[in-house]
Amino acid sequence: MHELSITRNIVATVVEHARGRKVDGVTLKVGDLAGIELQALRFCFDICAEGTCLEGAELHIEQIPGRGRCLECDERVPLEQPIAICPCDKRARMIIEAGEELLIHSMEVH
Amino acid sequence: MCRTCGCSDGNMVTVGDADGDHTHILPDGTVIEHQGHSHDHGHSHDHGHSHDHGHSHDEGHSHDHGHSHEGGPSKVEILEAKVMEKNDRLAERNRGWFAGREVFALNIMSSPGSGKTTLLERTLRELDETSSVVEGDQETARDAERLRATGVPVVQVNTGTGCHLEADMVWMGLQTLRPELGSVVFIENVGNLVCPALFDLGEHKRVVLFSITEGEDKPLKYPHMFKAADLVLITKMDLLPHLDFDMEEARQAVATIAPDAQIMEVSTKSGAGMKGWYDWIRDAKRAAT
Ligand SMILES: Nc1nc2c(ncn2[C@@H]2O[C@H](COP(=O)(O)OP(=O)(O)OP(=O)(O)O)[C@@H](O)[C@H]2O)c(=O)[nH]1
Ligand SMILES: [Mg+2]
Ligand SMILES: [Zn+2]
Repeated sequence: MHELSITRNIVATVVEHARGRKVDGVTLKVGDLAGIELQALRFCFDICAEGTCLEGAELHIEQIPGRGRCLECDERVPLEQPIAICPCDKRARMIIEAGEELLIHSMEVH
Repeated sequence: MCRTCGCSDGNMVTVGDADGDHTHILPDGTVIEHQGHSHDHGHSHDHGHSHDHGHSHDEGHSHDHGHSHEGGPSKVEILEAKVMEKNDRLAERNRGWFAGREVFALNIMSSPGSGKTTLLERTLRELDETSSVVEGDQETARDAERLRATGVPVVQVNTGTGCHLEADMVWMGLQTLRPELGSVVFIENVGNLVCPALFDLGEHKRVVLFSITEGEDKPLKYPHMFKAADLVLITKMDLLPHLDFDMEEARQAVATIAPDAQIMEVSTKSGAGMKGWYDWIRDAKRAAT
């Protein structure tokens, strides 16, 4: 479960930025194609936050849907998986425009 | 619990060589060394780094969560920090380290039992290149022992509860391994088709094994692993007559996720296709170093 190690990174980064202030909330941006299990992330967050200035902080997750653009027909296609070939009958190349994000967007401090 | 020194672990990482000298890394980054001569790890966990906030997405929308604990209104600070940034930075350090020594590094990944260790055993005996191995394993040193039997230097990195190698673990392993100038380093990742995919180790190329006993649709089910592959080795080809494996379907599945990846069919057991694999290593090495 890589979510544990990822959550540790999230907590460490926020702790660093908080510089001792109490953190009430953290907002992440997670793309649907980022390979992250949100359930697992939430589960790990409370564990990793324990004993830090993030303890008890709320975790907000902004999900970003996957979107590809076909290089042949220029069509924008919603994606559930990070496929690199357009589902259109040309089997053309597609680039992933959105959905691979994995960012700590913001924190709430006081 | 560490089997060698009896110290208790949480979920720490252990790096060890054949003499039983080993090092633990605790989750908070503390390094503990045990026995004999100590290695010079000289690494730092880079606190106090700064992120590049220069870019912004989503035209400055603000969240108004309105609730506050323990008095005083809370305020929102925008970070836009990449979660993988720390690992990516450490991977970059590995890349520089490899480049400085003209070492060519391969990250070998697959689900458990697809044949990584068996492939390396044969490769280490037959490939005409100076080689060494970073062996990532959750618990045991079995694979490292199998590979040491080929006479090649192997460093074992036990990841404890971690199901993948991370860049700093590889860094630690390299400090013990000290690969020769101009050599090849094979990194056998933990057998897992999900977790290792997200962690850049600073390797030159990613090789994903996919054995024909696993089913044609593996790449579609585990796209993250396949998407970053430079080479997909379809393994255990000697078993083909005994299975209903549709090779065309398997190749299509790889191409859908990783259209730029090269695909090769090998059998470590019979040796079929191994020459192509060795040629690929040599060509990729020449191009990279
Ligand atoms: N028939 C056949 N069996 C193979 C071949 N390569 C590996 N195997 C068998 O597959 C099993 C697993 O091989 P390993 O090399 O240990 O697999 P691995 O990927 O290193 O496994 P983990 O390290 O546990 O993830 C062993 O029983 C091997 O003998 C092959 O080319 N043909
Ligand atoms: Mg193995
Ligand atoms: Zn199209």
